Amino acid sequence: MIINHPLLGPRDSQEFTYLGDAGLIERPDWQAEDAADAFYEYLYLRDNPAGLHKELWYHEQGDRSWLVVTRNISSHEIISVELARDVARQKGRSK
Amino acid sequence: MRYSGFRVIKEALTGHKGWTPAWRDPEPQSQYDIVVIGGGGHGLATAYYLAKEFNQKRIAVIEKGWIGSGNVGRNTTIIRSNYLLDGNEPFYEFSMKLWEGLEQDFNFNAMVSQRGVLNLCHSDAQRDAMTRRGNAMRLNGVDAELLDAEGVRKMAPFLNFDNARFPIKGGLLQPRGGTVRHDAVAWGYARGADSRGVDILQNCEVTGFRIENGKCLGVETSRGFIGAKKVGCAVAGSSGKVMSFAGMRLPIESHVLQAFVSEGLKPILPGVITYGAGHFYVSQSDKGGLVFGGDIDGYNSYAQRGNLPVVEDVCEGGMSLMPMIGRARLLRMWGGIMDMSMDGSPIIDRTGIDGLYFNGGWCYGGFKATPASGWCFAHLLATDAPHPTATAYRFDRFRKGLMIDEKGMGAQPNLH
Ligand SMILES: Cc1cc2nc3c(=O)[nH]c(=O)nc-3n(C[C@H](O)[C@H](O)[C@H](O)COP(=O)(O)OP(=O)(O)OC[C@H]3O[C@@H](n4cnc5c(N)ncnc54)[C@H](O)[C@@H]3O)c2cc1C
Repeated sequence: MIINHPLLGPRDSQEFTYLGDAGLIERPDWQAEDAADAFYEYLYLRDNPAGLHKELWYHEQGDRSWLVVTRNISSHEIISVELARDVARQKGRSK
Repeated sequence: MRYSGFRVIKEALTGHKGWTPAWRDPEPQSQYDIVVIGGGGHGLATAYYLAKEFNQKRIAVIEKGWIGSGNVGRNTTIIRSNYLLDGNEPFYEFSMKLWEGLEQDFNFNAMVSQRGVLNLCHSDAQRDAMTRRGNAMRLNGVDAELLDAEGVRKMAPFLNFDNARFPIKGGLLQPRGGTVRHDAVAWGYARGADSRGVDILQNCEVTGFRIENGKCLGVETSRGFIGAKKVGCAVAGSSGKVMSFAGMRLPIESHVLQAFVSEGLKPILPGVITYGAGHFYVSQSDKGGLVFGGDIDGYNSYAQRGNLPVVEDVCEGGMSLMPMIGRARLLRMWGGIMDMSMDGSPIIDRTGIDGLYFNGGWCYGGFKATPASGWCFAHLLATDAPHPTATAYRFDRFRKGLMIDEKGMGAQPNLH
């Protein structure tokens, strides 16, 4: 698979390590009332859809940025690639 | 029809006119007592033991394609019971015992061959870990032998012993481990279940559940609604997709694992050998092909095919373990979808929905588990209580922190 890095252009997926569902960006609030439940779901439960999947890839052998890749996991086709930083900021995070 | 040597001779003398199909192709009925989703090894074994050991009636197995089209027909056929943790080892040893009597039990030649599984170690620390594992196995009454480098050399002189970086220091041998003809396992269970009245419904895809007031009343399928008092789901790599029809999110990700077979060669490998410095395992089929594999590709996938980087990685593992493999040509390769769980161990449990039961999370090690998984799932479906060897395989172990994490990798499915 070729991942079209927003800053570096097309890169071999071998340069990346894979973390999983991009929902991992949204870490629950550890002080919330329901923190135990929220962390259980955050850590262990996955949608695992047989179609489009937003996922985190880390450019370990490259510029060390985290990317959010939208990929059809039934065909391996990559639809879009964004910097995880940008995605997190859109969600109101500082970084 | 019972299969026997006598039968083969009789048929040979009478022009092979007496063989009949090994299972029926029935029309779905509108209502069953128990419906098992998934005609892989686990689903078929579940139906077989439900009928044979738990005296259940009116059972159907629902398979979206043909039986054996999933992982049961795609794996590298290794069976073993060399686990470390208490939640696992008695279960896998139960499975090994069932393998040992399976062919007589279901009257089908599954080519169960206990040719031994040898895990190699390449450092002192790894040998310590293997000693511990071997001791844990023995405490559970399982056979385990620790070999030094000389012991390994006697068994497999062709290995790369004096590699500067990863010399072979020894290995842990389970003599009762080995290989089994994988498709024959599906066929044997299917035939055994069918002859006890189980309906095997092929080309019938489950597309939803009918759930009312928290109770599962049956399944929607491509061939219409099929009612059932109890529904058991055993769809391996498709677990996430199928259970989402019931609104469930699972502690499972789907990943692709590839397997490889070389051209047929004269017998060179005594049993199963696994490399301890990279992920590579190899055995030789009775047709002579070297059957081998390595890591999963490492990213979520439902595609049933992998990519080239892992092919290269697996071949590098093979070359560094046994350089002679470089002379063999690769004949075929393929992929299967693995239900990778968050701690690398399976789930056989009730769900929050009445009448709906789940079996999955087998990662890339579920073939060896087939007989015990079928037996334990049948036990759960028939009695509503877990089998004694499967009490740890619960959904709530993640919430309670009772993970069965053989590799100590944490909630990172692509590392298990
Ligand atoms: C390449 C590879 C190598 C492996 N090597 C080993 C090994 O050496 N040793 C080992 O122990 N394990 C190994 N495994 C793992 C093992 O094969 C699996 O864990 C095990 O086969 C899974 O159980 P199963 O046989 O029931 O799965 P499957 O055979 O995959 O059965 C699931 C069935 O469910 C059906 N299904 C899916 N969705 C639906 C639906 N909606 N409706 C109806 N039916 C549906 C599928 O078509 C499929 O037939 C390997 C797997 C792979 C892919």
